[in-house]
Amino acid sequence: MKSAVDIARDVNAGASAVEELERSLASIRSRNDELNVFLHVDEEGAYAAARRVDEIVAAGGSAGPLAGVPVALKDNLCTLGVPTTCSSKILDGWRPPYNATVVDRLRAAGAVPVGKTNLDEFAMGSSTENSAFGPTRNPLDPARVPGGSSGGSAAAVAANMTPLSLGSDTGGSIRQPAALCGLVGVKPTYGSVSRYGLIAFASSLDQIGPFAKTVADAALALEVIGGYDPKDSTSLNETAPQLLATLDSGVAGRRVGLVRELVEGSDDDVTRSVDRAAAVLRDAGATVVELSIPELTLGLSAYYLIAPAEASSNLARYDGVRYGLRVDAEDVAAMNEATRTAGFGAEVKRRIMLGTYALSAGYYDAYYGQALKVRTQMIAAFARAYADVDLLLGATTPSVAFAFGSKTNDPMAMYLNDVFTIPTNLSGEAAISVPFGTGEADLPVGVQLLGPGRSEPTLFAAARVLEVAEGR
Amino acid sequence: MAPLPNGWEMVVGLEVHTELKTATKLFCGCANAFGAAPNTQVCPVCLGLPGSLPVLNEHAVDLAMAIGMALHCTIAPSTFHRKNYFYPDMPKDYQISQYDLPINSGGYLDLPDGSRVSIERAHMEEDTGKTTHLGGSGRIHGADRSLVDYNRSGVPLVEIVSGPDIRTPEQARAYASELRGILIATGASDGRMEEGSMRIDANVSVRRPDAPFGTRCEIKNLNSLRSLQRAIEYEALRQIELIEDGGTVRQETRHWDEVAGETSTMRTKEEAEDYRYFLEPDLVELAPDAAWQQRIREQLGPMPAARRAALSALLSHPQPAQLDAIEVVVDLELDEYVHAAAAAQADVAIALARAANEVAGNLESRSNLTTDAFSATVLMEQRGELSATQAKTVLGDVLASGGDPAAAAAARGFEQMSSDSLSSTVAGLIDANPDEWQRYRDGDDKLAQFFIGLVMKATKGQANGKSVIAELQARR
Repeated sequence: MKSAVDIARDVNAGASAVEELERSLASIRSRNDELNVFLHVDEEGAYAAARRVDEIVAAGGSAGPLAGVPVALKDNLCTLGVPTTCSSKILDGWRPPYNATVVDRLRAAGAVPVGKTNLDEFAMGSSTENSAFGPTRNPLDPARVPGGSSGGSAAAVAANMTPLSLGSDTGGSIRQPAALCGLVGVKPTYGSVSRYGLIAFASSLDQIGPFAKTVADAALALEVIGGYDPKDSTSLNETAPQLLATLDSGVAGRRVGLVRELVEGSDDDVTRSVDRAAAVLRDAGATVVELSIPELTLGLSAYYLIAPAEASSNLARYDGVRYGLRVDAEDVAAMNEATRTAGFGAEVKRRIMLGTYALSAGYYDAYYGQALKVRTQMIAAFARAYADVDLLLGATTPSVAFAFGSKTNDPMAMYLNDVFTIPTNLSGEAAISVPFGTGEADLPVGVQLLGPGRSEPTLFAAARVLEVAEGR
Repeated sequence: MAPLPNGWEMVVGLEVHTELKTATKLFCGCANAFGAAPNTQVCPVCLGLPGSLPVLNEHAVDLAMAIGMALHCTIAPSTFHRKNYFYPDMPKDYQISQYDLPINSGGYLDLPDGSRVSIERAHMEEDTGKTTHLGGSGRIHGADRSLVDYNRSGVPLVEIVSGPDIRTPEQARAYASELRGILIATGASDGRMEEGSMRIDANVSVRRPDAPFGTRCEIKNLNSLRSLQRAIEYEALRQIELIEDGGTVRQETRHWDEVAGETSTMRTKEEAEDYRYFLEPDLVELAPDAAWQQRIREQLGPMPAARRAALSALLSHPQPAQLDAIEVVVDLELDEYVHAAAAAQADVAIALARAANEVAGNLESRSNLTTDAFSATVLMEQRGELSATQAKTVLGDVLASGGDPAAAAAARGFEQMSSDSLSSTVAGLIDANPDEWQRYRDGDDKLAQFFIGLVMKATKGQANGKSVIAELQARR
């Protein structure tokens, strides 16, 4: 499949967006039953969007930087009139009356949203096994998970169904599946992409970002979806960063910190890939120093208090009163309970209970309050590191894609998959996962580059250096 | 009310919720208006639809600060929290409210009787929707069906929390009434209690004087000044009786039944919700800068106490009835009429009486009455060109259809009665009633009223009472 950059260039030059869409739909048809990537394919809407692009170009206009590019959307992004489920039975039948800001921006840029992809229910998970609509399989090895929670959006690109997709990253939900599916995945700076229309899991951590096969495609997507949105009060009041212009600016003169805590405990193949990435950056003119940020090891514990606490509040609204599932009972309270009992899966219930407990009177200080202090310490620790280096380097995940069911009975083992990605969400900073080398069974390994807030241009240029070294 | 029995003292603090008079809701662009068809003023944000996010309405912040300034509060950087509990008319199942850092804190309100009630805080929050329970008792328990209207969901509120400084039902009423005047004067609220734009919860406890505070009960949703006064009195007496019978007061939330005139348990402390407050991650800190605060301060007009003082200053020895009239005039914002009349050298006592009665009784058509027309009418009455009755009629006519009072008087045939014609009328009536006239001449002043009555009857009210007395005295 062609890259998004190439498709947009060709469509703006007269190639057919409808034909590009047909190629995308054909590959969805050929493998969606096997892989369970899309929960809903909006053929009608996609054709209308593609035809509009073709008309604009035929009339001599420019259809935008993503002209004719088929895009897959994680099913926690609101799409006007198109079912949006968060892979939960509780949103059964709900069709949003509005588009997420990112969806509007994609469409305005000429992109063609083709459908909604599977995820761990309400983005809670690291394997897409927690979907009410069955797991998504990893296109590189269907016996293994694609990662999660944005597993469907990762699989869509890995299976050549679309060249681009959007996911959301609360604790690694873009970077981890990107690593497991051999893709570029970005967790942008908190506030740089509007959350309006992203169904909240943990509002202070959630951020939308792209999946792509190349760094340039990811950059193009982020340029389109980023920038200030008055509908999101936490949106940074600035324009989207220009990434493509500086993509090939290299890393000469940059200081890169190889962080011990972002590699420790990884499989040997993963560790080797990270070391090799450090060597590549050094060869490209960067200074690489090894350093330790001990606070990062506290991230997982803090995350599993803060994220569930916010989730317990964000998910309260699914009460059967206004939309989605309703299980009737004798009074309102009993109806709320019956609806939520039937509508939420086990992992969602586990986190709602955890979060409710962490915020309760008598426990708040010991749990939620303590986690906020850890978060503050983590932000300070990153700031100290970035006073000395421009970027940090580590692994994205401790291992390559794992087999179905291998961690589902042990929540802690599953949670540990996000140990390297979570700190960036807690600090609100930026990170990118780039495929670099292979591990067990020849499966891809992802290395992670981290930077301070608004450092995306530097991060993307460094990621491009690694990509070039891999011969892509 | 009479003092509480056996030396008991009540301790009351009030929590007043007021809806802010903004054009749009607190976190979205939906109209903030009372009385629209159900669920027609809603959008993804105020319906709490998945994925929607709140954006703070700056005009609501203006009004919240104006309230804080009028109550002498400190305005400080503040944050919003989520108050979590399930209720069908609250679409997100949490309320966005201010918690440990409210926008306004530490103020006071001085009452007309000279007492001062401290203000702990005045914070911003969003209103809920409105549930109508069908069938059963009309309350949520036992209802057959419930209908929810979300038009009110997200309407901006300010909750003003007083210190536990109130000691009598009358003082509570005076506090609520004075606060209502301030809310209207700041432009923050229309103060319409019957439409729910001002709702009061009362925390009531009793104690022996100088003893520590007793256990309090909170009475919810008192929606008139009368209910407030009655509910507090009932609740204090209930607690005293309970304690004197050897019982103890349980901390609980109580409901006021207006018809039965009683409070009853809604929920006990053990049943109270754990609201699990935490910082609202979808909003950022609210820190109005000095220029913003200054702009609001400059827009703030005089508060009711200052306006009452300004009107009293127009009278040399204000009488109780005049002070009552001043209260009405200030409450209904009719000050400008009285001040205009005073500036036109008209009699302030007459002006106050006409403003507090005739104008106050026709508020909806006050725009027909200019301050000049009002002053002119008062002057005509004062000069004897119109009797009091005629002046009231003229004001009524001008209020109904506008125009000039002199023309209105002419149209009614309220010609000035010439002194010749009054003189001959009086002479005729004296001749017809020689006995009464003799008694009047012998010093029985009460008979003056007898003759005034006859003159008024003979002239169909067109004579001026003072002129009649002058005529009688001249002949005495």
